[in-house]
Amino acid sequence: MIAESGHYALVLALALALIQSIVPLIGARLNDAALMNVARSTALAQLLFVGASFTALVTLHVASDFSVANVYENSHSMKPLIYKITGVWGNHEGSMLLWVSILALFGGLVALFGNNLPLSLRAHVLAVQAWVASAFYLFILVTSNPFLRIANPPLEGRDLNPVLQDIGLAVHPPMLYLGYVGFSISFSFAIAALMEGRIDAAWARWVRPWTLMAWIFLTLGIAMGSYWAYYELGWGGWWFWDPVENASLMPWLAGTALLHSALVMEKRNALKVWTILLSILTFSLSLLGTFLVRSGVLTSVHAFASDPTRGVFILLILCVFIGGSLSLYAARASSLKQGGLFAPISREGALVLNNLFLTTACATVLVGTLYPLALEVLTGEKISVGAPFFNLTFGPLFVPLLIAVPFGPLLAWKRGDILGAAQRLIAAGIGALLVLALVWAWTRGGSALAAPAIALAVFVILGSVSDLVERAGLFRVPFGTAMRRARGLPRSAWGTSLAHAGLGVALIGIVCETTWNSEYIGTMKPDDVAKVAGYELKLDGLFQRQGPNFREMIAEFAVSRDGDKVSVMTPSKRSFTTRGSSTTEAALLTSGASQLYVSLGDVTAEGAIAVRIYHKPLVLLIWWGPVLMALGGVLSLSDRRLRVGAPKPARAQQRLQPAE
Amino acid sequence: MTRKQRRMTIIGGSLAVLALAAALVLNALRDSIVFFSTPTMVAEKHVEPGKRFRLGGLVQPGSLQRGDNLAITFEVADGNAKLPVAYKGILPDLFREGQGVVAEGALDANGVFKADTVLAKHDETYMPKEVADALKKQGHWKDDYGAKPGVTAQGEPKGAVR
Repeated sequence: MIAESGHYALVLALALALIQSIVPLIGARLNDAALMNVARSTALAQLLFVGASFTALVTLHVASDFSVANVYENSHSMKPLIYKITGVWGNHEGSMLLWVSILALFGGLVALFGNNLPLSLRAHVLAVQAWVASAFYLFILVTSNPFLRIANPPLEGRDLNPVLQDIGLAVHPPMLYLGYVGFSISFSFAIAALMEGRIDAAWARWVRPWTLMAWIFLTLGIAMGSYWAYYELGWGGWWFWDPVENASLMPWLAGTALLHSALVMEKRNALKVWTILLSILTFSLSLLGTFLVRSGVLTSVHAFASDPTRGVFILLILCVFIGGSLSLYAARASSLKQGGLFAPISREGALVLNNLFLTTACATVLVGTLYPLALEVLTGEKISVGAPFFNLTFGPLFVPLLIAVPFGPLLAWKRGDILGAAQRLIAAGIGALLVLALVWAWTRGGSALAAPAIALAVFVILGSVSDLVERAGLFRVPFGTAMRRARGLPRSAWGTSLAHAGLGVALIGIVCETTWNSEYIGTMKPDDVAKVAGYELKLDGLFQRQGPNFREMIAEFAVSRDGDKVSVMTPSKRSFTTRGSSTTEAALLTSGASQLYVSLGDVTAEGAIAVRIYHKPLVLLIWWGPVLMALGGVLSLSDRRLRVGAPKPARAQQRLQPAE
Repeated sequence: MTRKQRRMTIIGGSLAVLALAAALVLNALRDSIVFFSTPTMVAEKHVEPGKRFRLGGLVQPGSLQRGDNLAITFEVADGNAKLPVAYKGILPDLFREGQGVVAEGALDANGVFKADTVLAKHDETYMPKEVADALKKQGHWKDDYGAKPGVTAQGEPKGAVR
């Protein structure tokens, strides 16, 4: 019954989405408020029904109802509850259901908080949102129905892919989808603006918080996925330039550019046409990502098996939406009025530079991701484009961008003073040079590029801080006054600094991890000692343990440093009987931002075990950086000016405030 | 500056960055892409030693030998030809005899493929896509390669209905 209700709820959601696709537009044409308001009710009802459908699937998984094919293929009655729940989106069908649920959630949020939007704009936005939703409901119902029953229900399920049985699955896909799908809002706003032929600063004020919210989730989602791959896959890598990873990086790059160009539009009413284009491109890249991951055109660590009919369907959705929106853009963009003027050297100019480099970097990632596919389709030749390609293209494009980052916030709107900005960055520059000298003097080995890269990162961090210092007047006015001023600064200023600094922090982590990573790979017998980066790891013994749905072999290492016992590390190897496959659970020992990483290989005939030990200096900075960026985003979002649902009428507040 | 000049500055700057990016991409495509071959293709094409490529095929059953200190040798076969592979390190979790594998490295002077990476980039069907495609093309594909392990006894869920 539950499966059928879930299925039915999804059909109803499709029906509602179809109504929402058409009726509000007719209302806008006829200027009929009642018809336009239909969008609001249908968006909320859609959320309700998709929510019900999703809940139904979760219930089926939790209850281990193996008469449903999706549950049978991805669950097992012995599986811990948390993985029964997360397993819902650990497969193609469930993951698509999560996708549309989040889409409906965003539509519902616009309906709920969009009361102060112009009525016709809201009607248009929700209609566009419904187009996307209808396409994906149809996709699920036609090709990927998660509620399919099996005629002769088996007694036991096939279990979830063991690699996915991890807390990472609980966090990573929902976060990533909140980001991916969140960009649909800016897309809908862009299309609505094009259809109405009207766009102004208020539009940007509306789009920016939504974009920012999606961007925060996407940032965290990508970082989380990277950390998950790092500890789960057992070889200590955190980014593989895998097409699936690129699929999430591209919307992030475009979204970051969008965030910055929307700022120009909001503050200066310039770059309108470009901002619209970026909104379209960002969501198009999200759709492309969905296509790459969900159609099964790729083989990669993330590939859940798929079949080609799905691929063709998503490709169709992709072509219709990207082609349609770009044609609309080509037809209507010229009707949008030009905005404010600015000199090339100005805050606007800096943000244009930011956009230029981010979109170009995004384009190189796109080429590196799609070129192998195109070549295979056209010539049948198979190539692999890996890390070396991206290091040679993406890297050089990011260097000028990073150098420019601290300058941007120091330039004035309209016409900036680059010498003045440079003067204010002298302290940061000196700091960076000092670090450069120190790194060169202190470290041995590794790439010659490491020291300059770290210096650049330090420049970015100090440069971002110096904007705050400058604005608070620290070192110029008494300390107390400066602190008060710092507190009085708009939160978005703090957010900018934090996010920019996060970039530098992540870069330091990346450089240190890749340059001074030390490793030990070998076979060890009990009581053998391995020495890595000043640590001594003694293998105390091997133990067997029975888990809920797996058996595991645990190796116990006593870790000591300079003769002092530090800790015990217990990496393990789990074998999952149902799928006949095994996973490696690495053990991590954190000290500061550095980590010691131990993972196991196979046991040899003589009873020795293959062991891989890494010492990764400052590796955690790689993920602290994005967390800082997201935190900066949250601060910005909490700025009164940008609160979701803004702009609020100021009347109510005026009444409460005493006259100044 | 007039509006037109300003616009030209921005457009000029954009073109410069795009040109830079294009140059970087073309350069990287020339130097850093890796081609994929099967043992048959290696035998036919006479790949020169030292040139990096990806080798894909099935691990020949019975060919896996473990030497001292994680030195490993095995053979990769695709039905027509076989190629010996030498590797040092830990094999991925999903590596096993009779299953698909992709190794990256280069041939040495003796015609042994020295792999520095052995990839376990499979999905749950335990067959890398490149290997599956290559085998299908050569007609060595067996349907049961695609069957998921652990369910062969029970078979696919038949008669799935709504």
